[in-house]
Amino acid sequence: MNAVVHRVRRAAGAAALPGVAVLAALAAGAVPLALLGHDPFALYARLFADTFGSGYGFGQVLFKATTLLGTGLAVAVARHAGLFNIGVEGQMALGGLASACAALALGPACPAAIAMPAALLAGAAAGAAWAAIPGWMRAWRGVHEVIATILLNFIAFALAGFVLIRYLADFETLHTAAIPVAARLPRLESLVPALRGAPVNLDLVIVLALCVLAAFVLARTRWGFEVRAVGMSERAAAAAGIPVRRRMFEAMVVSGALAGAAAANFVQGYKHYFEDGFTAEAGFKGIAVALLARSHPIALVPAALLFGALDRGAFVIGGDVPKEFVDVLQALVLLSVVVAMRRRSRRVAPEAA
Amino acid sequence: MDAGLLLFAATLRIAVPYVLAALGGWASERGGVVQIGLEGLLLVGAFTCVWVAHAAEGAGWSGGAAASLGIAAAAVAGAVFASIHALVCIRFGADAIVSGIALNLLAAGATKFLLTLAFGSAANSSRIAGTSASGEGFSGALLATPLVLVAVIAVLACDLAARRTPFGVRLHAVGEHPEAAAAAGIAVARVRTAGVLLSGVLAALGGAHLALDQHQFTAGMASGRGFIAVAALVFGRWTPRGAAGACVLFAAAEALQIHLQAHASRAIPTQLVQMLPYVVTLIALVGVVGRARPPAALGRNAAT
Repeated sequence: MNAVVHRVRRAAGAAALPGVAVLAALAAGAVPLALLGHDPFALYARLFADTFGSGYGFGQVLFKATTLLGTGLAVAVARHAGLFNIGVEGQMALGGLASACAALALGPACPAAIAMPAALLAGAAAGAAWAAIPGWMRAWRGVHEVIATILLNFIAFALAGFVLIRYLADFETLHTAAIPVAARLPRLESLVPALRGAPVNLDLVIVLALCVLAAFVLARTRWGFEVRAVGMSERAAAAAGIPVRRRMFEAMVVSGALAGAAAANFVQGYKHYFEDGFTAEAGFKGIAVALLARSHPIALVPAALLFGALDRGAFVIGGDVPKEFVDVLQALVLLSVVVAMRRRSRRVAPEAA
Repeated sequence: MDAGLLLFAATLRIAVPYVLAALGGWASERGGVVQIGLEGLLLVGAFTCVWVAHAAEGAGWSGGAAASLGIAAAAVAGAVFASIHALVCIRFGADAIVSGIALNLLAAGATKFLLTLAFGSAANSSRIAGTSASGEGFSGALLATPLVLVAVIAVLACDLAARRTPFGVRLHAVGEHPEAAAAAGIAVARVRTAGVLLSGVLAALGGAHLALDQHQFTAGMASGRGFIAVAALVFGRWTPRGAAGACVLFAAAEALQIHLQAHASRAIPTQLVQMLPYVVTLIALVGVVGRARPPAALGRNAAT
């Protein structure tokens, strides 16, 4: 009983500061709105009414949140090993390309039981392969993963664009042909009528399952423990006999696989084709989501919902203020969360670092 | 006009934003504060320059005078924007990588937001007259914007500052061993803040060059240059001359790539040529980084 109370209290404490930080960001964002002559409260109220207030709006939020949950989880897993995977964007782009290619290659005759998972796994494999490069560079060559992944993003975009335009693009478009029906993830509106019209699909369930799985693996398995040990202190982990470089590399590869799989929401669940630039900064926003959740796989869910709602909110408020206001708001949330978290960790335990 | 000379002139023009951003990276990281916000600073500088110059031209200023005002405004905006980084990382002791990511997102969003408000388009601003290059060819490229000369002077000044001035020595000290520096009476936070603010000014000037060179602001026009500058800093072993040299090499590769695209047959696909500079940088990093030693206290908060 006591333990339960303790856990609840700890969770509330962990949620309180990000909550305050989000409010601070909304307050900071209200300043330019007020200067432009808008009523910030009215605009924020509309933003939340149109996102969480209707079944369709909420379905749109869930759709946006699915992608962010996937990319956030990818970032979070790497964070546990002490690594910053800034390359989620590029890994996701190549994952989407591989996923579409696999689905197209299997053709319309392939049954859904094979086509659906095959396309998903192809995406994960491509993302993993692309992340293996910076993983190797970091673990065995000492190249900082932030720089390597940033450079690899540019290479990935160019590579995906090249393959698309040279071999795959439909005539005069920037996307592939539509993938067979069997490889598509069904929309949830067929189960939940309230979501009618919203593109949220089976990928939401898959990504939620991946979050639970990641939480279990990180907290309850030997591999997860070793990865976290590496993230806390490479030297202590090495002294304890943990293969530090291997675990680092593996964490990066798993992170890349999750990033590649995150493409499924768009490619298999929404448009049913690979399109140049479909990632739309979801990889970078995943960094914010992971930080907001302090890399906890379950805490990613509310964080992804918040950022998903803001993404969706861009369309809602777009008529009044430039929709890029939402990008500003998201950056402010990230900035204030970082500051709030640092101040808290200082108070709890002074870091020797 | 000799093709080689033209290529050299193009290299200089292309190198300016890389060089100024990398020097900014030096100022911040030599003091121990990771600076991956250079990309955002380039955007802030570019937008501010165009915004102010456009307003000045509207008020009847000549192109050159308006551009000068724009450049000055860009420097100020860069310092202001970098002061957020200084506040978050030095005053609040938060993670500098995260702060840099957040500031890049903020700069990308805010410049697009303001672009839409000021020019009614989310893609690009109106054109500004700016400093029109008088001559053709080499001298024209050399004086494309006044910032080409500024960049050359900045390299020399930073190199001299790094090796010969009290500021350079203090910056080095707080980046290597902040506790020892503090014990020796150096105000660690103040020196680091100065480095971060300087990084803002320098990188924003690089952005102003981009904008003046193209006579307008386009959304996301930094297109990765800030990140390449970070790589150049590593490649140049965190010294001004090394970083600047790496930037010029990279710019030469880019100038050659543009030249190839314009003149070579269509046998080489554009996208493959475009990724070449990044591939080269990556391979260079794998080869060199084992020997490059970062400032010892890079990314570490001083125990103050």
